[in-house]
Amino acid sequence: MATFEPVLSRNVGHPEVLEVAGYKKRGGYAGLAKALGMEPDAVIEEVKKSGLRGRGGAGFPCGMKWGFIPKQSDMPKYIVCNADESEPGTFKDRVLIEHDPQQLIEGCIIAGWAVGAETTYIYIRGEYTHGARVLEAAIRDAYDNGILGSSVMGKGFRHDMYVHRGAGAYICGEETGLLESLEGKRGQPRVKPPFPAIVGAFGAPTVINNVETLCCVPHILERGADWFKGIGTDERNTGPKLYAISGHVERPGTYELPIGVPFSELLATAGGMLGGAELKAYIPGGASAGLLGPAHIDLPLDFDQVAKAGSMLGSAAVMVMDQSVCLVRAVMRLSKFFAHESCGQCTPCREGTNWMKILLTRLERGEGSSADIRVLGEICEMIAGNSLCALGDAAAGPVRSLVANFSDEIEQHVEAGCCPYEHRRYFTASGASAQPTHSN
Amino acid sequence: MSDSPNVRGGDTGATAEAPAFPAEARARLDEIKTHYPQPKAALIPALHLAQEVWGGWLPEEAILAVANEMGLPAAEVSGVVSFYDLFHAEPVGRHRIRVCTNLSCQLRGADEIMEILRDELAVGEDEVTPDGRCSYTHFECLGSCDTAPMMMLDDRYEENLTPERVRQILEELD
Repeated sequence: MATFEPVLSRNVGHPEVLEVAGYKKRGGYAGLAKALGMEPDAVIEEVKKSGLRGRGGAGFPCGMKWGFIPKQSDMPKYIVCNADESEPGTFKDRVLIEHDPQQLIEGCIIAGWAVGAETTYIYIRGEYTHGARVLEAAIRDAYDNGILGSSVMGKGFRHDMYVHRGAGAYICGEETGLLESLEGKRGQPRVKPPFPAIVGAFGAPTVINNVETLCCVPHILERGADWFKGIGTDERNTGPKLYAISGHVERPGTYELPIGVPFSELLATAGGMLGGAELKAYIPGGASAGLLGPAHIDLPLDFDQVAKAGSMLGSAAVMVMDQSVCLVRAVMRLSKFFAHESCGQCTPCREGTNWMKILLTRLERGEGSSADIRVLGEICEMIAGNSLCALGDAAAGPVRSLVANFSDEIEQHVEAGCCPYEHRRYFTASGASAQPTHSN
Repeated sequence: MSDSPNVRGGDTGATAEAPAFPAEARARLDEIKTHYPQPKAALIPALHLAQEVWGGWLPEEAILAVANEMGLPAAEVSGVVSFYDLFHAEPVGRHRIRVCTNLSCQLRGADEIMEILRDELAVGEDEVTPDGRCSYTHFECLGSCDTAPMMMLDDRYEENLTPERVRQILEELD
């Protein structure tokens, strides 16, 4: 770890890179220059060879996704950058957007060249107003410097780029929900197939990639697939990775490390547990991922090993909880989130997320029964795989892990008839204002 | 919204002028429409613009104006508005506070930030202070978990909050 040089975040702290000139001085646009000198298919092959897997949550191989785009098509093709970053606990893409927008622009153009798309839409969540402004300024500067427009870097390839702001809906991070939203509709996921590679934005073949995924691309082109593959745990888990760690740690933040870093090492990088407290549980991949306990302290955080441990790497948003945390309350908060964010289209998800919220709220208050715990587990099974998108499965992730690994703690609530944990106060003395402020 | 002027049904349509965007907003919208092969894709940008024009929320007049500008039925525009948390069909304060209360912020004191807002502003969540200055609401993860607890004030992030800092921010609101 000590020898690892940041790749994706190397320009953080160098504000000159917001503009093309400063970005080029620090080595930027070398990957694009190289890509434009290659056949598009060779670019796709290089990305395939690198083993790059999507950094948005699903971990789908990026090069394979690009390869699904039809070579012959009468329709225009599109690149859509998913900058909707809404998975609770995730704030890594914001760093890339705000601190190194040219890197993202470069990745988008390379993707465009590889699949023959002349337009990129960057769909950024509506709350990231600063990020949207930074991107818009960077795009203007890229046009002014011949990076975007009718002839990218003077090579005759046309590429246009637009920032499209969302308006606050988690489901728009799901790729077909995002497409609906981009087209000016409610962000309700589509029936698949057809997949976006065939029928995507405006009915045309579309590549949808996460911000971090696209930011990896220029480096793969510049330094080669073999270099990229040399970072990480194995052939299926390659490259540098941004880990966003928050909760009860001394120095919450985004840390770039080789994919597969053990949790204990990431925790140490973040300064260890807040106030030296003892670890109770952590969520390795955002709100959709199952909770893991101290037994998994040394788990390598890559796609496959986290999955093997019964959770998922997801967006690598690591939320850390110490012994003071009531895990029932923590999961209840996440289930409220999913109940709010379910788009309502599919019955198992709409009803299931709501019932998980109701049962967990009841159990957390100590008003639940052992039967409720069983029903919670059953709901998880009824939701999973039974709706159009993955939101229902995501909602089941933390609940299932709570029931499977921390059922003692739920039982404690049932037996005590109340929450056995004092709701910790961070700023004011306990009892100063005893009422909970909201129940959503 | 029963007291909204001129906007309900066809019976007043003959005399009432259809609500429209101010010239500057329309010029911006016309430019945005050129970004897409289908102009309808400009609907969400149009709603953002309308919300700026109409003081942070979308009264029926604003919905009708967007419908006119976009050539869409008002019902379709309303359907989109109701889907997204950043669009408001009810009045909001001149300043809008959205407190992240999702897990990472909850683990660093977000619930107490909500208590302070309730105590200082002396109104409930989603209510507007009597002077129209401010409204507040809890919100899902705002993607700033490393600076928890945090909140969004209008379109700006206020991070690493403490009770003192929240009180100071409220005092400074115009």
